[in-house]
Amino acid sequence: MSWWPVLPILVPLTTAILGFAAMRSLRAQKVISIIGAAALLVVSIGLLDRVWGGGILVAQMGNWPAPFGISLVADALSAAMVFITGVIGIAVAVYSLADIDRRRNAFAFHPLLHVLLTGVCGAFLTGDLFNLYVWFEVMLIASFALLVLGGGRAQLDGAVKYVALNLISTLLLLSAVGLLYGMTGTLNMADLHLKVQEVENTGLLTAVAVLFAVAFGIKSAVFPLFFWLPASYHTPPVAISAFFSALLTKVGVYALIRTFTLIFTHDVGYTHTALLAVAALTMITGVLGAAAQNEIRRILSFHIVSQIGYMVLGLALFTPLALIGAVFYILHHIIVKANLFLISGVVNRTAGSFDLDALGGLYKSRPFLGVLFLIPALSLAGLPPLSGFWAKLILIKASLELEAYVICAIVLLVGLLTLFSMTKIWHEAFWKPRPVPRENPFAAAVVGRREMALLMTPIVALASLTVAIGLYAEPLMDLSAQAAAQLLDPSDYVRAVLGGVP
Amino acid sequence: METVLAILVGSLVAATVFLMLSRNIVKFLFGLVLLGNAANLLIFAAGRLTYARPGLIPDGAAAPLGDVANALPQAMVLTAIVIGFGLTAFAFALVYRAYQELGTTDTDEMRVAEPPLDASQLDTPAQDRRAA
Repeated sequence: MSWWPVLPILVPLTTAILGFAAMRSLRAQKVISIIGAAALLVVSIGLLDRVWGGGILVAQMGNWPAPFGISLVADALSAAMVFITGVIGIAVAVYSLADIDRRRNAFAFHPLLHVLLTGVCGAFLTGDLFNLYVWFEVMLIASFALLVLGGGRAQLDGAVKYVALNLISTLLLLSAVGLLYGMTGTLNMADLHLKVQEVENTGLLTAVAVLFAVAFGIKSAVFPLFFWLPASYHTPPVAISAFFSALLTKVGVYALIRTFTLIFTHDVGYTHTALLAVAALTMITGVLGAAAQNEIRRILSFHIVSQIGYMVLGLALFTPLALIGAVFYILHHIIVKANLFLISGVVNRTAGSFDLDALGGLYKSRPFLGVLFLIPALSLAGLPPLSGFWAKLILIKASLELEAYVICAIVLLVGLLTLFSMTKIWHEAFWKPRPVPRENPFAAAVVGRREMALLMTPIVALASLTVAIGLYAEPLMDLSAQAAAQLLDPSDYVRAVLGGVP
Repeated sequence: METVLAILVGSLVAATVFLMLSRNIVKFLFGLVLLGNAANLLIFAAGRLTYARPGLIPDGAAAPLGDVANALPQAMVLTAIVIGFGLTAFAFALVYRAYQELGTTDTDEMRVAEPPLDASQLDTPAQDRRAA
């Protein structure tokens, strides 16, 4: 029994409650929020430190022994995801100090952000399927509130689609959990790993596996279930978009990876081949959708879809190297994608638009911002020596080892098209001369020095992280390898949860 | 009894699909409510039905005597009902707000957040109706 897996849930929850208690004072809310986010980062580093090197921490809630109570489990993958959540949490919290307007702050933006963090950390740490469903709901309700916060017409329009499709997904997940319980009589994931091997009706088991895949597929926005994402992610303020794009879809991918390595490995030939096709189509449709867009946030939204394909690809290939690639890709992508959204916000603040036609000449007026954009943009496309290069390299190597040449070609082609999209933003927003402002010349308000510092600090920090991972990939690679090893051989996980070994 | 529940769940899902295929977002929401009920009944049935044997432990015994009803699926259903209630209430409030702001419940006309249509599509009947 260890208290460490509980802390990443307790810290943001406490922060949220304190924040709601301090509803009247915006200043107090902001201070609480920043302190809470910093505390979460510290706790997540502590957790990562304790599981480094193969340790698995387990906390049995209410002291019920394993298959009966709810277990919280932190293995390498969970701890890595919680750590990256902590990083994004503090980055977005700092950025939102300057990005979120007074009205949205008064509607409890900061406490809601921490409720969302609670849900995300809970989903990463739980070792119980029904509990996973509950954390998904916590996440969902907080994200609904954040999405409609301040409620403009566009936000409501996007939210209707987001809410509708995500509610279907949770109901599918609920049905799948119920059916799996009916077959095995347990909800504990470690126990399920053992019990599904005794299920005789493997056809039904595969059907339930597909039901899970569809439910998590909607969450993680894979082809052909991604339509809610580009319809909604560009509508809320940038700080919220950045947080959503970094973490929410990745929770879906995490859940896919967890269930399809720990529970549903009885028919890899069927389930993982299906996932492979889904991954390839997701990569292609996402990147083609992005090529057709002309608004920075919409381009970035479609790229989330395309990049999700890479992560699912790592799971679908199902070799040690491919899983290392998937984990590495998730961690790299969260940093890079959040950063690109944050930069698009600064572009909007300084130039008054997200629309590429209305932008231009930013490199001349803000060369530093241009360089900061290029780092995550080129990393997303997979150019060395940035973090995305290593992520793609591992996946390509994994696909070559399996002699999956078509997949390898798709990976390379999609990388090239990503580069096309990024250079399009670069050329239109930064390089070409600034067009004569057609309408609303006052939109580009002057950004104060203090505000600018608050906006730029997280961007610079995340960009440095991207460069650091690119130049010195060893620690992250090591972490991904530990995670992949535990995923492929869950015996340690099962023993830690059921045997009570710390 | 399981057969009856299975048929009931199936009919509820069929009705859900019918309602969700509508362009009217309110019908979609009713579909969502039905789907939630179908999922709850499914869990209930999947947890095996044991008639009139509550899962109670008699005085002095350490475990229930004989076969009793499984309380866990019922607890799961209860949790799901509570969560579903909250989410449905939010969804209805959201759709009402969207109706106030956008003036429509037709999902085809809800495209404020989408890029503008090109000129050839602009003269659709939906556009005329709004103009009139």
